[in-house]
Amino acid sequence: MTKTIEEINLKIKKGEAVVFTAEEIIGVVKEKGLQRVAEEVDVVTTGTFGPMCSSGAYFNIGHSKPRIKLGGGRTYLNDVPAYTGLAAVDLFLGATATPDDDPRNKVHPGEFNYGGGHVIEELVAGKDIRLEATAYSTDCYPRKKLETWINIKDLNEAVLFNVRNAYQNYNVAANLSNKTIYTYMGILKPNLGNITYCSAGQLSPLLNDPYYKTIGIGTKIFLGGGIGYVAWQGTQFNPTVARTEGGVPKGGAGTLAVIGDLKQMSPRWLVGTSMLGYGPTLTVGIGVPIPILSEEILQYTTVTDDQIIGTVIDYSDAYPNLKNQPVGEVTYAQLKSGKVTIQGKKVPTASLSSYPRAVEIATTLKDWIKTGKFELTQPVASLPGTESGLKFKPLNERPIAP
Amino acid sequence: MVDKKIVLRFPKRLVDRPIVSRLIKDHDLEFNILKASVTQDEEGLMVLELKGKQEEYDKGIAFLKEAGVILESLSQNVTRNEARCTHCGACITVCPVGAFELDTVTRQTSFHDKKCIACGICIKACPPRAMELHF
Repeated sequence: MTKTIEEINLKIKKGEAVVFTAEEIIGVVKEKGLQRVAEEVDVVTTGTFGPMCSSGAYFNIGHSKPRIKLGGGRTYLNDVPAYTGLAAVDLFLGATATPDDDPRNKVHPGEFNYGGGHVIEELVAGKDIRLEATAYSTDCYPRKKLETWINIKDLNEAVLFNVRNAYQNYNVAANLSNKTIYTYMGILKPNLGNITYCSAGQLSPLLNDPYYKTIGIGTKIFLGGGIGYVAWQGTQFNPTVARTEGGVPKGGAGTLAVIGDLKQMSPRWLVGTSMLGYGPTLTVGIGVPIPILSEEILQYTTVTDDQIIGTVIDYSDAYPNLKNQPVGEVTYAQLKSGKVTIQGKKVPTASLSSYPRAVEIATTLKDWIKTGKFELTQPVASLPGTESGLKFKPLNERPIAP
Repeated sequence: MVDKKIVLRFPKRLVDRPIVSRLIKDHDLEFNILKASVTQDEEGLMVLELKGKQEEYDKGIAFLKEAGVILESLSQNVTRNEARCTHCGACITVCPVGAFELDTVTRQTSFHDKKCIACGICIKACPPRAMELHF
């Protein structure tokens, strides 16, 4: 049995599409069998809501009178530095950008209560943001200084552009040392005191399409509460990582670069986030629809938490020193039970990614599709598959001779 | 038997007077000091867990109030901003007393303020900064 996206979209337009979330589909297939469900079901929706550091947004603020060229100068949004190496009034703000001089960040572990991600959340929420810029005056852009409030509704463009989101599986973090450590995977207590993980597991977009057979460049998605698109493969895209027999990668594999109009997004799905001792970032909500074009594609969406393996990595030594010494392997079902046994010890687990919010995203996307508000797109190009041989490499460090 | 956690604020004039020891001597209450500090305004702040017979506990509280100590129930001090909490679950393993509980069905996190000892660790551990400490 094969279906096309065009056929599915015709059903969506008529409000007749049969849609389930990636969690619901597990029970549906168990009950009715793969073959029947593949014929009946049109779309499976996925979702994830977790901290995604390689996120940011670019803006065009419009020209001042007289004109100013932000590029080459310094611009701050609520004291958070933005990147201006673009055209005159174009600028980019990254989620992990940190104010130059926040005293609360100066002593380890710094609090990082405010950064780029928080500015993005406030902008989307419609709040006024302070823009302070100093510039290199030119004949055509004579102004040297600009201090103004800006608001998202006045910006010409406000585009969320995240270069790496929706990681297909991720490390599971532990701490083998005898001191508490503060990492992007949260606070890790000494001597395997706790374990943290960050994935929506069976709801996760790329874990439901592990070989990237449907998700590609141009796939229309739920992004930050509004509509977005897959723009490119995300950075560190690694399709050739070790996988289980079911095709599920055992470590971080594929990622997505996504883009969308920030003006139609919502602060519920773009939350400024602070990781103690590490830095500020942005928690992003993403949902990807998977068109059920064949039984094979449906099979992949029935993946369950106990089939997804997480590799436990020591963040006190192995991770910072780029040593390949995994501590062990656990399933996401075990992680979600609240306790796992590692090296003979019962270790409590905690998530950094919100599963209830991932459910809400998958359910929202399901409703959009069922009510005909959201049609699927045909990708214009595929993401690199395992046959590409693409591998995420470490830096080839070549020191510069004195 | 009662087992309560209270926050005591000692005005300047009481900071160097033995108040808590009277609770033990006169009212036979078991105590556990969870936090004790003198603030910049030279006022005393103490978070105390008190256990004992209801009658003695009530007499002890009356004594504190008469002496001029300001009392608050601890559960008013650490609160969760429900609008900011994203139910990620990061708080669960950092809390030393297990005041956060994960519902294994809904995967939502509940905060049991009665278990909280106001240590303050979750305040900085919460990624969306949903936990608030009011002292």
